Amino acid sequence: MRNAAKKIYITLIFLFLYAPIGTLMVLSFNASRTRAKWGGFTFKWYVELFQNDDILRALGNTLLIALVSSITAAFIGTIACIAMNGMKKRTRTIMMGVTNIPMLNADIVTGISLMLLFISFGFRFGLGTILLSHITFNIPYVILSVMPRMKQLNPSTYEAALDLGASPVTAFFKVVFPDLLPGILSGFLMAFTMSLDDFIITHFTKGAGVDTLSTKIYTEVRKGIKPEMYALSTIIFATVLVLLILVNLSPENRSEKIFKEN
Amino acid sequence: MSKELIHLNNISKSFDGQMVLDELNLTIHENEFVTLLGPSGCGKTTTLRILGGFATPDTGSVIFDGQDITKLPPNLRPLNTVFQKYALFTHMNIAENIAFGLKIRKKSKDYIADKIRYALKLVNLEGYENRMPDSLSGGQQQRIAIARAIVNEPKVLLLDEPLGALDLKLRQEMQYELIRMKNELGITFVYVTHDQEEALTMSDTIVVMNQGYIQQIGSPESIYNEPENAFVADFIGDSNIISATMIEDKLVNILGTRFTCVDTGFGHNKPVDVVIRPEDVELTAPKEGILQGVVSHLIFKGVHYEMEVMAGGFEWLVHSTALHPVGQEVGIRIDPYNIQIMNKPESEDEEAVAIDI
Repeated sequence: MRNAAKKIYITLIFLFLYAPIGTLMVLSFNASRTRAKWGGFTFKWYVELFQNDDILRALGNTLLIALVSSITAAFIGTIACIAMNGMKKRTRTIMMGVTNIPMLNADIVTGISLMLLFISFGFRFGLGTILLSHITFNIPYVILSVMPRMKQLNPSTYEAALDLGASPVTAFFKVVFPDLLPGILSGFLMAFTMSLDDFIITHFTKGAGVDTLSTKIYTEVRKGIKPEMYALSTIIFATVLVLLILVNLSPENRSEKIFKEN
Repeated sequence: MSKELIHLNNISKSFDGQMVLDELNLTIHENEFVTLLGPSGCGKTTTLRILGGFATPDTGSVIFDGQDITKLPPNLRPLNTVFQKYALFTHMNIAENIAFGLKIRKKSKDYIADKIRYALKLVNLEGYENRMPDSLSGGQQQRIAIARAIVNEPKVLLLDEPLGALDLKLRQEMQYELIRMKNELGITFVYVTHDQEEALTMSDTIVVMNQGYIQQIGSPESIYNEPENAFVADFIGDSNIISATMIEDKLVNILGTRFTCVDTGFGHNKPVDVVIRPEDVELTAPKEGILQGVVSHLIFKGVHYEMEVMAGGFEWLVHSTALHPVGQEVGIRIDPYNIQIMNKPESEDEEAVAIDI
């Protein structure tokens, strides 16, 4: 009896959580143009989606920005972790706090402040400004995922490599880097996901005529909802879902620990 | 004694304003097993790190084979370290771990393969080439750490409490292994530990350290039998340390009773500390002893009984294979050779620190 109640309860929770997305997914396969009735199963909207040049260009932008920004962030974030690891405990705690702020900050505030910054420095809005913003908000995610790895490192392994004749650079790449790699990878995946589904910050830092998928959907939906948008949203949801599963499957379930620590 | 290999010259080192080593001077000879022994915080690990190149002394110099290597980075020093927590490279298998130093020195494949085989044989782990470090026990990992260090043919092997994480039985086994390896390799071992038994078992020379100072340097026998001060006496094994007065040469007043001893040169009526090892206190029938007392505690320790005897207002620690039950009246007798006279500490730094191991 109690077990049955538990099962019903959890089913209800998932129903409320996923019903909206479920509806969207179902509608993306609906042959009828109206939302009101089911006109049979079709891939038509997906096909049309991939024939729409605007959307394909937006997709290209999204992937390019997500990839470049997360790789750059992974690079900068890892270097930042190495530096922070060498700091005294007090300075390190302060630095960690400072890097965490952008994650907790409201996206709209980050978006508007980045926009103002770009204006005051006379930047031309476009792909470049979106990329810079994405790198900015991605770095903390990388740090958050690499830092715990860094702390787990046995400091003696680096010294052991030096002791065996390796130069500091060789020692880092042969011994420290492989140990950090799982953290860097999961940080990269997390940053990639964050960049992929960002709307607000992109909205404020993109120029006219440049769109990512999320801003494209927003513009399209304002003009009137077309079933292609259901298909597009479904694809984005599925991609993010797959990425999140990847992050969680990466060695030792890093991301879970990271969120617990904060 | 063989030729001098390492000389530490007036080494001082402080961390955050706290003095860890104060003008330390130490000479290590070729093919010697030297143990730096002391409680945690005595500066023994810092000394080893200065030797390995992981710490730079504030003042003083490190001379190796006649050359000043004070500023030489660790990767260019002709010595190798076995770290406390093994520090194996977990993403490499055993063979790759051992080959690490050789590959950096660009040795040939055949040479490396030979060396791996030789090293694994030396540490009794033949056939472990393809295992991963995680799949090995603590003792085995420690052996691999040693193998990885010695394939580089260092002139000196530095070992930082290498047996600290092992259980008692394995630790004792490894002590014999280390002595065997040292003899087979014919190189100098500098060993850091806080375990006095380890130090006594393996060393040619023990350097007892406390609070950044060397308290005594000597063979295990001389350190145990003739401690120079109360700290050394207390740190190396159990002992009775009693305040006494040296009446004249070969005569000392302990707890109001005159004992003959063999020490001379302390002067007349001079306050001294006396060390008597618990196994050197002989219990006799009350009338036969120089001091009379009553057994107050008794514990069976396996090899012997450990007793505490209240005599002359002092609680004597006594080890004996003969059983004297609690409450029994006994006499105490001490062979003059077993009374070790020490000067009272002159400075705070030399003062005995109570340490439980």
